[in-house]
Amino acid sequence: MAKTLFDKIWEKHLVEVQDDGTCLLYIDRHLVHEVTSPQAFEGLRNEGRKVHRVDATLAVADHNTPTKDIDKGITNEDSRIQVEALENNVREFNIPYFDMSDMRRGIVHVIGPEQGFTLPGTTMVCGDSHTATHGAFGSLAFGIGTSEVEHVLATQTLLQLPAKNMRINVEGELPTGVTAKDIILAIIGKIGTGGGTGHVVEYTGDTIRNLSMEGRMTICNMTIEAGARAGLVAPDETTFEYLKGRPMAPKGAAWEAAVAYWKTLKTDDGAKFDTEVTLKASEIEPQVTWGTSPEDELPISGVIPDPANEPDEAKRRSIESALEYMGLKPGTPLAGIPVDKVFIGSCTNSRIEDLRAAAAIAKGRKVAATVGALVVPGSGLVKEQAEAEGLDKIFLDAGFEWREAGCSMCLAMNDDKLQPGERCASTSNRNFKGRQGRGGRTHLVSPAMAAAAAVTGKLTDVRDLD
Amino acid sequence: MDKFIKLTGVAAPMPIVNVDTDMIIPKLHLKTIKRTGLGKSLFEEMRYLDDGSENPNFVLNKPAYREAKILVAGDNFGCGSSREHAPWALLDFGIRCVISTSFADIFYNNCFKNGILPIKVSEEDLAKLMDDAERGANATLTVDLENQTISGPDGGTVEFDIDPFRKQCLMEGLDDIGLTMKKKADITSFEDQQKMSQPWLYG
Repeated sequence: MAKTLFDKIWEKHLVEVQDDGTCLLYIDRHLVHEVTSPQAFEGLRNEGRKVHRVDATLAVADHNTPTKDIDKGITNEDSRIQVEALENNVREFNIPYFDMSDMRRGIVHVIGPEQGFTLPGTTMVCGDSHTATHGAFGSLAFGIGTSEVEHVLATQTLLQLPAKNMRINVEGELPTGVTAKDIILAIIGKIGTGGGTGHVVEYTGDTIRNLSMEGRMTICNMTIEAGARAGLVAPDETTFEYLKGRPMAPKGAAWEAAVAYWKTLKTDDGAKFDTEVTLKASEIEPQVTWGTSPEDELPISGVIPDPANEPDEAKRRSIESALEYMGLKPGTPLAGIPVDKVFIGSCTNSRIEDLRAAAAIAKGRKVAATVGALVVPGSGLVKEQAEAEGLDKIFLDAGFEWREAGCSMCLAMNDDKLQPGERCASTSNRNFKGRQGRGGRTHLVSPAMAAAAAVTGKLTDVRDLD
Repeated sequence: MDKFIKLTGVAAPMPIVNVDTDMIIPKLHLKTIKRTGLGKSLFEEMRYLDDGSENPNFVLNKPAYREAKILVAGDNFGCGSSREHAPWALLDFGIRCVISTSFADIFYNNCFKNGILPIKVSEEDLAKLMDDAERGANATLTVDLENQTISGPDGGTVEFDIDPFRKQCLMEGLDDIGLTMKKKADITSFEDQQKMSQPWLYG
């Protein structure tokens, strides 16, 4: 029977299938960070359990880490205690760890691929919903809770039920100024934040094929915002080229054997998907969110929706509540809404290609006097590469702040946060109420759109700047 | 983990769609290294006003719902981050059961690991249960996991589906790590085979 890529990876990792269909799934790769792991390590300690495979585990602190004055350490006490707890745990359980002084440190979903820890055909988990990012490599990668983190640490397996298959096909050439971020925002707008629930999504079509690994990661990253368990892109030459020579990727004969296997990782012709969605790239414009859920999004040419036009009562109330929180009125054009802050970073958009796209807009321009703009690279190595290319100079000359790697203002667990009422054009993944700071108002956009907002002081169609 | 067999308690109505985990427990409280103590911060941004006092309009601050054990909520409950702090906060507050038309997958899984029963019902049944929950002092529901039923104050009953293994784990309060560790021989044999076919995954 013809199988999907998801079916193939799933079946290849079954240790046992119980009579009721519950599967014991083997986990090849486990990323660990400071926020969702302390209670898991405590559980191991209480039961006298060990970590089953330290060679399949990699730890880093990213959520709480400061993005400036890092030589002064972490000043917030709770944050410092949480990072110290991770450092004690990795030492006690002998887990590979990139500490605060290590150039390789950064956002867990940036460093996994960068190090070649993420590999095609693997199962991969992390106590973080954006683990979906790694699906860009054809790895079945999904976020888990802390109890499951403990389960994986102790047994290298998880109890899971199979997911349904969804295919999202994107065809055609992307218009100028339209990026991977705009594709995924358009997809979430189309299927909704619950549209993918219970599914693993495979992204197909020539638009996806023509994306770089960075672009594919952006798309898979936000698959969770459509409610799906994971996103997948079948590995191809672009994938292999990205991985070749990475420190933790296979080498020599093992590389040849691995690539030969990875080339078999694709959906068979005629395989059946439970749900199919198709988008035409030519119809996608630069996108921006207007509300407090990632599905509240529109092309930059759009206007703020009127709740009065929504027949469903719960949805109408949800729009009203979102507009009240966002301080926006129905009928207002999105382009032209003034912003106070711009954040370029996060596991969605902090890789080198994202920084290049933002720098291309920033070059020769100045950040508007009313705007504070922040660029936070995804890892120490991304920062180093950006500096080698002179991107830091472009940003600094334009009046952006150039910071150290970390999750930063995506979820504002460190000192980088919005003040109540501040409006931010952000390249991150969630516009939930309070996500970037209590009372903060988030508009999700691509890196180029964020840079355009920074230099004009308002939400702007990046295509108008050329 | 406490067993879940039958629960009778006040059900609080929360007719909001897409309740995300940032709403359930804001990130400020993710800095804890413990599982307990989060109940007071449950739904913090809706539950407390800017000066820190209780928002009298928030459902769990109303006298009838302060001891709620059940939450009846709008579609796609628990979307967003994977933080298990969300079910920990619900549990610490005293909520053992959440009823909705759908749940985000990671949140749904996390509930079972903490003795919380998430129940998926049809839109029609949710509307009925939401009505029941809106009765203030009379908003008592009984959730019977063994028979997979929810009974309302008028004696009406709603049936629900649940995966049998998850039901058994909840009813017996099973520790699934302990169960999986008994399968160590199967795990080792899987690894032996994988080492042959994909040696590059072992370092």
